[in-house]
Amino acid sequence: MSKASGRTFFLRPQDIIGIVVLAFILVVVLPLTLDNFRLQFVGKYLTYAFVALGLVLCWGYAGILSLGQGVFFGLGGYCMAMFLKLEASSPANTKIQTTPGIPDFMDWNQITELPWFWEPFKSFGFTTVAVVLVPAFFALVLGYAMFKRRVGGVYFAIITQALAAIMTILIIGQQGYTGGINGITDLRTLHGWDIRTDSAKTILYFVCVALLIACILLAFYVKSSKLGRILVAMRDKEDRVRFSGYDVSSFKIFVFCLAASLSAIGGAMFTLQVGFMSPSFVGIVPSIEMVIYTAVGGRLSILGAIYGTLVVNWAKTSFSESFPELWLFGLGGLFIAVVLIFPNGIAGLWQTYIAPHLGPLFGGVAKRKATPPAPPSPGTAPAAAE
Amino acid sequence: MNAQVITDTMNKDFVLAVEGLTVSFDGFKAVNDLSFYVDENEIRVIIGPNGAGKTTVLDLICGRTKATTGSIRFKERELTKMKEHEIVRAGVGRKFQNPSIYEDLTVFENLEISYPKGRSVAGALTFRRDAAVKERVQEIAETIFLADQLDQRAEYLSHGQKQWLEIGMLLIQDPELLMLDEPVAGMSVSERKKTAELLNTIIKNRSVIVIEHDMKFVEDIAHKVTVLHQGKILSEGSMAKVQADPKVIEVYLGH
Repeated sequence: MSKASGRTFFLRPQDIIGIVVLAFILVVVLPLTLDNFRLQFVGKYLTYAFVALGLVLCWGYAGILSLGQGVFFGLGGYCMAMFLKLEASSPANTKIQTTPGIPDFMDWNQITELPWFWEPFKSFGFTTVAVVLVPAFFALVLGYAMFKRRVGGVYFAIITQALAAIMTILIIGQQGYTGGINGITDLRTLHGWDIRTDSAKTILYFVCVALLIACILLAFYVKSSKLGRILVAMRDKEDRVRFSGYDVSSFKIFVFCLAASLSAIGGAMFTLQVGFMSPSFVGIVPSIEMVIYTAVGGRLSILGAIYGTLVVNWAKTSFSESFPELWLFGLGGLFIAVVLIFPNGIAGLWQTYIAPHLGPLFGGVAKRKATPPAPPSPGTAPAAAE
Repeated sequence: MNAQVITDTMNKDFVLAVEGLTVSFDGFKAVNDLSFYVDENEIRVIIGPNGAGKTTVLDLICGRTKATTGSIRFKERELTKMKEHEIVRAGVGRKFQNPSIYEDLTVFENLEISYPKGRSVAGALTFRRDAAVKERVQEIAETIFLADQLDQRAEYLSHGQKQWLEIGMLLIQDPELLMLDEPVAGMSVSERKKTAELLNTIIKNRSVIVIEHDMKFVEDIAHKVTVLHQGKILSEGSMAKVQADPKVIEVYLGH
């Protein structure tokens, strides 16, 4: 309780423990216990965790519910896919095409020249910058238009959802430029390094984990800065913040852009690890699923959202393997359960029922300690406490 | 244009000059051609029956409601064209009728957010809780009787304490014009007494506009009283003068 008066470092001891535990699980436990095939699944789930992380800041802290985060995930993913596709479409690889040297789907669509907006994606440097900035720019334009006019709450959510729908339609409709409904597929190498091999996928998994930890640290920094408290204040009493001399809209725009960039990093890592990007990760359904991950993990908890993403996706994969037709009902039921029974998600359950038994260092550690298949954790953690 | 010249020269001495202010909501004129002036270091109390437009006047000054016509000048700056946060930064502070504080944050954090530094996005990201901030928060917390509650989440404060906290949040902004909407409403007798004391210390060196129904309280603090009725000024002057005004007795005090 003494945090108000003295804390200068941006991580509290329990945050550090939480991050270390998460890093330990992701870097040591999972790679040692899962086979390559399963580990690649976890790598894919982790790319969604970037989106969930953004949603914690944007929705949990600032109260801005976006149902269109898939758009930003997709933009990041497409930026990366464009680079990889260009590398895969070298004249040597595409000599059977009418126009060699351009991506195959362009050739199929009678496009004979690389479109101008594809050109810069020949550079990896440009691509990495674009992954972060293109979605942020989109978010800036949308956020500026909405938040300056004080559009918020449900209306904002609906508009972001419409945006997700528009984006999907646009990508599918402009087949010659985007690869259409199939997306951008058949990605092979990154600067000559084959990303399709098992060893490459394992390396990319660790890159993904490292980036995620870096983004988690960034999120903690934002949360613990005065800006983080202003976001919470805005969620509670927007008018009061305005009358304390803050331009509320600029803070909303900032956090929305930040969430967009985080999602996009996830999208880019998705493309690298899974090897393609398609409109099915952009639209309304994936966008809402990402909100559910965040809600299940706990929208107020940075680490909780990561676990939420892992748990829901793990459940999705296991369920879909055994009862494919039941999964959607399961997901719906899960969301209803979160809203009705545990509004603060796994993090809330941890904080209420488990953390109090673990002593002060874990007292505030709302969220962690759950291994991805969360169900075992409520059982093991109290046992450990006894 | 003669009148314009005269008012322009007169304005110089006033901190706040409200002239010809009108706002209409779907044809209903909540404030109708209102003009009044507030001096430096003056404490002005606005009274009037419910629906007289008192809160609307404060809303207009702080930019929450946009005026239909008229002007509000604060230290030679036209407020009607400014955004809320710009008006605040120009030196106008506003306390709302219901305590408007951040329930999810601690008392310390509530005050810290109101501290007038790091108000831009970049400023807020790099804001450091340095000794000056802590000292100022501590000082304000002592003034508002909350020094031992700094780590308490604001939602657990009593109603009176929440009112004090909001006053403290204004105080830390150090506004030149302070506007208080019913600062003692809903308070117990002892809280009311403490609040009167508090207000008496904080109104020094600034102009204050207070809306209040409690006549005893008004009598204690007011330099000048403005009585509003149906969006217009019914009477204005010292408390004694206003209380003796037959029009005021009829529509307000007589009840």
